[in-house]
Amino acid sequence: MAELKVVHYLNQFFGQVGDEDEADLPPQRKEGAVGPGKALNQALEDKAEIVRTIIAGDDYFNENKEAAQEKIREFLQQEDVDIVAAGPAFNAGRYGMACGGVAEVADELGLPFVSGIYPENPGYEMYKQYGYFIETGDSVGSMRQGISDMADLIFRYFETDGSPGKPKEAGYLPRGIRKNFFREERGARRAVDMLVKKINEEEFETEYPMPSFDRVEPKPAVKDLGEALVAVVTTGGIVPKGNPDKIEASSASKFGKYKLNGVTDLTSEEFETAHGGYDPTYANQDPDRVLPIDVLRELEEEGKIGKLHEYYYATVGNGTSVSNAKAFGKAIGEELVKDGVQAVILTST
Amino acid sequence: MVKEIEKAGLPVVHVASILPISKTVGANRIVPGKAIPFPLGNPKVSKEEEKKLRKKIVEKSLEALSTDIEDQTVFKW
Amino acid sequence: MKLNLERVNVKEVKFGRENSFQDGVVTIDKEGLLSEIEHDDRIESLEVDIVRPGEEVRIMPVKDVVEPRAKVDGEGIFPGFIGKEDLAGTGRSRVLEGMTVMTTGNVVGFQEGIIDMKGPGAQYTPFSQTINVVITCEVPENTEEHIHEEILRVLGLKAASYIGRIGLEAEPDNVEEYEFKPLSEAAKENDDLPLVGYVYMLQSQGLLHDTYVYGIDAKEIIPTFISPTKVMDGAIVSGNCVSACDKNSTFLHQNNPVIEELYRRHGEDFNFVGAILTNENVTLQDKERSSTLVAEMAENIGLDAAIISEEGFGNPDTDLILNCKKLEKKGIKTVLITDEYAGRDGASQSLADASAEADAVVTSGNANETIKLPPMERVIGHQKYADSIAGGFEGSLKEDGSIEVELQAITGSTDQLGYTRLSSEGY
Repeated sequence: MAELKVVHYLNQFFGQVGDEDEADLPPQRKEGAVGPGKALNQALEDKAEIVRTIIAGDDYFNENKEAAQEKIREFLQQEDVDIVAAGPAFNAGRYGMACGGVAEVADELGLPFVSGIYPENPGYEMYKQYGYFIETGDSVGSMRQGISDMADLIFRYFETDGSPGKPKEAGYLPRGIRKNFFREERGARRAVDMLVKKINEEEFETEYPMPSFDRVEPKPAVKDLGEALVAVVTTGGIVPKGNPDKIEASSASKFGKYKLNGVTDLTSEEFETAHGGYDPTYANQDPDRVLPIDVLRELEEEGKIGKLHEYYYATVGNGTSVSNAKAFGKAIGEELVKDGVQAVILTST
Repeated sequence: MVKEIEKAGLPVVHVASILPISKTVGANRIVPGKAIPFPLGNPKVSKEEEKKLRKKIVEKSLEALSTDIEDQTVFKW
Repeated sequence: MKLNLERVNVKEVKFGRENSFQDGVVTIDKEGLLSEIEHDDRIESLEVDIVRPGEEVRIMPVKDVVEPRAKVDGEGIFPGFIGKEDLAGTGRSRVLEGMTVMTTGNVVGFQEGIIDMKGPGAQYTPFSQTINVVITCEVPENTEEHIHEEILRVLGLKAASYIGRIGLEAEPDNVEEYEFKPLSEAAKENDDLPLVGYVYMLQSQGLLHDTYVYGIDAKEIIPTFISPTKVMDGAIVSGNCVSACDKNSTFLHQNNPVIEELYRRHGEDFNFVGAILTNENVTLQDKERSSTLVAEMAENIGLDAAIISEEGFGNPDTDLILNCKKLEKKGIKTVLITDEYAGRDGASQSLADASAEADAVVTSGNANETIKLPPMERVIGHQKYADSIAGGFEGSLKEDGSIEVELQAITGSTDQLGYTRLSSEGY
């Protein structure tokens, strides 16, 4: 029996339970290592061993985050465990979000967490401060390298007593945490050195990289809207009455996806706003004022748009962090593309 | 959010009441909303008038979606 | 315009019957000093102490720190307050190096600082390394706070000026010459070298967040081109009660390290032509106007590159970014100096504003990081403010006299003129 005990989290697919049809699976446990866990176990040699694998469906985790986290918390508390591992999740958005959700639980329980992820996976941006993520490629093709990097980081974590060092040295993706230290030279001298390099067009390294402000090239126009599948998305918090997903009034941590089949008009009996940042009276009286379904149905009828997509997406833009908003946008965008949508109307309050 | 959806490969029109925010978050096609609590409405006018306004804004949004652009563009109605 | 800075190394400071300087020892006539600085009849009490590096002493809440300096050729230090305008920035200035004047007393704003002369807090403040003449000044409780601020501010200047004159007896240990040339000459000099300037941002949000230029409130100025030698003679005076970590005390203005470092490489890597003073006001209109004028002035001077230093945090981050963007847009390369407010865990966004153009930033550390300061044998001032000063929180002051605070509460800890070596990096 190895000294260090590892609990490993996998989704339904890598946990070998099933495909998308099992995506609704609530968290469950299996003895020992499963799937990629077997390779990880090997890479961990005799120093650490996976004692338990927790498996959950990606949809279940994302749609019932709190319940999933609660269950995983319970599992972890019952276990004699030194470190939690997850994935790698590559660029699978929902899997990455689930691994991140597990990181959050581990962090709360004071357990170290190691996973592998593709840097553009929204799970990384959203949960990076809760654990250590090594960088993988965007597909399962990078599994072998990912597993070996995860094992190395686990070794390093324990060898350094929980201070593995800087991201580059230790081989993990930056966690977005700023730490103070004393540099060799005073600030003013460093500033002048940097200025000279900048003037001479030599390479220099900023001490505080600005948060990124990437722009996106405008997509070409839709040629024939009369044939196109159009979707609507809102940050104005329009949800079915009762707010079934409990989207927060501010600092939203999630978005909702709701059926529009048979809906020709948003009425105050069936819909309302969950947004806490503006006076809800008008939106509650007539939710079309934020999400114009009545007019879109007419335009659909008139042939100005081909078809209105059968779902709409909603979240609350009030105080919601950039990283959350980004993650929502990415997840929604991917789903819409998959569903064959060709154009999107996004409304904001 | 706008940017990420567009990145996924779809043209997006952003109907937004606060233009500077829309510009800052990187929307490319922008249609101004009426007001924060009712971007696509106006409770001060009759139901019919209000719906006409809403239709005008949505039609403008469709126009934005079917227009090729180079840079951030505001489509006023 | 030429200025000779004549530095005198101070090894010890003590009180005595007469003012004198001998073998590195400054002797101060305490009574003479007191009568000189008791300038306002609202001053209720004055006490003077001398503290030295390594002593188990805590000084708090510290209002300002000033370096004793004097003009060899007459009155000229702190123009607009004490000195004569025509002398500032020229001639000879005598500097008592290694000592300061420090003002304390009942707190003025909520943002005065802590200075520990020993222990873990000492490494975060430059003033644990100097011999400090600490003046504790109390005024009646009902004194209006702007008046209270002014009384302490002027008192510090008067004391530094009085003690500075003791240095006139000394033989300088070294002399540095600084020159501010006419632009037309400066531009032609070493003609292959780029022209570099310094955009010097001054805290001017009002409500005790003020800085004075030649005695004028900086929020009333429009950007001004100034000789760096005038800054050395005290043309800029702090009237600030902003967070202690990154308010530029008058000492730091007098010893502005950006100016020193720019002069150090002047003529080798670039021609340093001077400083543009600008403010950090509270309305967007003010910010736009000041930053536009800064950029236009920089363009007019013909700058190729500039260092921009911020003072404070929050909405001044916008001034910093506006200055950066507008200069870069004119093709003037910039390096910024700022500190960070990334939360106690370091996980939050560090600045209130940001821009892709700001690709060269020097950081002087995360002001939100916390530190435990053990109890000290002696406290000058009032420890009771530990919970309420910026960087303190409920429960900061423990029963045993130890204090847990953010670095924000330590004077000069994340100074944005780049005087210290503290910085931060991403994990």
